[in-house]
Amino acid sequence: MIELYILIIFMIVGAIIAIEVKDLLSSVVAVGAVGLALSIVFLILKAPDVAITQLVVEILCLIILIRATLRKDLPFSTTGRWFLNTAITVCFIAVFLFVSFKALKQLPPFGYPTMRVASVYLKEGLSVTGATNIVASVILDFRAYDTLGEATVLFTAVIGVLAIVRRVGRKKVGEIVREEDESRPS
Amino acid sequence: MSREHDQGMSLIVKTITRLTVGLILLYGIYIISHGHVSPGGGFAGGVIVALSFVHLMLAYGKEAAFKKLSKQAASFFESAGAIIFLTIALLGFAGGYFFFNFLAKGEPFKLFSAGIIPLCNVAIGLKVGAGLFGIFVALVLLKFESEDKK
Repeated sequence: MIELYILIIFMIVGAIIAIEVKDLLSSVVAVGAVGLALSIVFLILKAPDVAITQLVVEILCLIILIRATLRKDLPFSTTGRWFLNTAITVCFIAVFLFVSFKALKQLPPFGYPTMRVASVYLKEGLSVTGATNIVASVILDFRAYDTLGEATVLFTAVIGVLAIVRRVGRKKVGEIVREEDESRPS
Repeated sequence: MSREHDQGMSLIVKTITRLTVGLILLYGIYIISHGHVSPGGGFAGGVIVALSFVHLMLAYGKEAAFKKLSKQAASFFESAGAIIFLTIALLGFAGGYFFFNFLAKGEPFKLFSAGIIPLCNVAIGLKVGAGLFGIFVALVLLKFESEDKK
């Protein structure tokens, strides 16, 4: 359990560095370090599926952040109204700590869930679906409807991105749009 | 993507990319097709497939990547993956209900087992890979008005 605490402290320190550092590239690298530590945490908690997904999605996000959006430092201002900002932040942290303290005391102990349906999946997953990877049998057979919703969310996200960053809403008759012009908002 | 990298990176990066990009694509396909036997699955494998094309695009510039997978092909694969997944779900009504596992189970630990689960993995892998590559291409090619004036 001790390595888990070390990784969690590392992630908290990385997140604080990502917020506080002035250079945007250093901030993105710190976010990447937090994500990689999170994938190791998943591996320690015996969840290799989630660890693989976290690792590859983190790498893709890092590449997109560095390569596509990080051309120059964006204008960024935090001067003025520091008292109000600090007061609101402290207020929210206090409320959040209080609520999470109340909620965490009500949680069942680690490894003893109140929902009993998971044990049925574990016992009968192999015989009912024939898949030796229990995670695959849950997300694509028992709870495939959730996966359909997730796929719809991703599909909508892709369509939204492609619709927002395209160049023009309508092409004129006979107008030819070159490849590099295609995604330039005008 | 910055302007000096439009034509790709240096010779060292191009040589290493030529050796590794096929292995990355193959590993993604392996993760997708063995999603029901070992850890992995459609989502993770699809992201790895998208990363192999991103790798190609970063090292060789955008023309080389579009020659392998054009934007039209990417959007076609994304829509096709979504439709295949929904079709598999709807075909379950032949056996009784939504997402009914209507194929034979096979024996465990074999590649062709578990009914519809590998097919769903392939559909999700297609959709995720093409969709994330499309998002990357759209954000890379995005240029603002202020940058044109330079």
